Amino acid sequence: MKFADKTTTIAAAIAQIPDGASVMIGGFGVPGTPFCLIDELVRQGPKNLTIIKNDANEQGMGVDHLLENGQVATLISTHIGLNPRAVGLMNDGTLQVEFCPQGILAERIRAGGAGLHGFLTDIGLDTEMAEGKQRVEVNGQTCIVETALKADFALLHADSADPFGNLCYAATARNFNPLMAMAAGQVIAEAEGIVAMGGIDPNHVHTPGAFVDHVVKLSTLTKEYAVVRR
Amino acid sequence: MSDAKTRLVARAARDILPGMVVNLGIGLPTQVVAHLPPDFPVCLHSENGITGVGPTQSYDDADRNLIDAGGAYVSALPGTAYFDSAVSFALVRGGRLDLTMLGAFEVSAQGDLANWKIPGKFTPGAGGGMELAQKARKVAVLTTHCDRKGQSKILPACTLPLTARACVDRVFTDMAVIDVTPEGLLLREVLEGLTVDAVIAATDADLIIPDGRIPTF
Repeated sequence: MKFADKTTTIAAAIAQIPDGASVMIGGFGVPGTPFCLIDELVRQGPKNLTIIKNDANEQGMGVDHLLENGQVATLISTHIGLNPRAVGLMNDGTLQVEFCPQGILAERIRAGGAGLHGFLTDIGLDTEMAEGKQRVEVNGQTCIVETALKADFALLHADSADPFGNLCYAATARNFNPLMAMAAGQVIAEAEGIVAMGGIDPNHVHTPGAFVDHVVKLSTLTKEYAVVRR
Repeated sequence: MSDAKTRLVARAARDILPGMVVNLGIGLPTQVVAHLPPDFPVCLHSENGITGVGPTQSYDDADRNLIDAGGAYVSALPGTAYFDSAVSFALVRGGRLDLTMLGAFEVSAQGDLANWKIPGKFTPGAGGGMELAQKARKVAVLTTHCDRKGQSKILPACTLPLTARACVDRVFTDMAVIDVTPEGLLLREVLEGLTVDAVIAATDADLIIPDGRIPTF
């Protein structure tokens, strides 16, 4: 038995993303952010995107290039405080920002990927984060209905991949990547290294290749992947 | 850092008990680690997907893939584990986090916490703060007693949007240690050199003052 080879070029993989698409992007700060896929998305320039990402990176990095290029209509995120441009665009109404508690964003994506429609939680119940959300009583506890979240595309960063798309992440670069891998119609993973089939121990696969549609090998890492001097 | 802040952080460190799983928020809470003995048995969690957060690393020694939720470059220890963001918050919501230490804009007499939004001025988003505040078994706030304008951050009721209601158990400030009790805010300890009256004068919320000598820190 043989597995499909899903390796492709970065240009071909990103060319599928049209105006108005919803795009999940992995990463928490620098680790796990697919900077090269984002750069290609900036180069090809589809507009009116809905971006779903934990944070807005920092100014001059990652998602910020999409914001600077005017490609993002809506950002679904948990924290944008390290990116003054994102805060500014939100404040002047150019960018619609939907905030989610971080674990709730993760779980909404997980639920979407797991074929569920939503889940019940008491997180944020007494806060403005719960405003406008449906409430139900379960076993005497008031809960908020949180809807599942899916996207047209997911852009991931992996440490290593095989041609079928089995993925391994490094350290805290895992974060939202394996969740988003399950929750999008087309899943595009960039990998720092591509190993032969069988090169990843089946016990050590973080995302099974069956979730992944396209694998892009990174020939070089841009400076945005490097340690940030603080 | 002022001497009073150093003492508040050192005092807060004494509330971390052996064997706890602890999450330390950005700012003063992160500095608590420096006051733990090197071999102290504690498991530090950070919401970006790590338990067993090790010492911070210099620029030259940093691993580009290994940060805490505040973006500091940290290290792995024997026993460290990495996991995704859903697992990370399952740990929090599922009740496995013994203690979290968080910063605050405001704390109310009922233990309400506001630390994520100043309408019209600063709306960075709550990150993982709501889950931490609502679901950690113990929630401690580490903060200056007053804001930069000298206004009390400990109030009868919060004026800012809440992070979570009735979530705070204990507040460590650069003036006092205060417990949130069903009866109200109980003054537990006072910074060495300060009078109880000075703490009362700097606090907008009512304080319950126990009989007898109040310990200092």
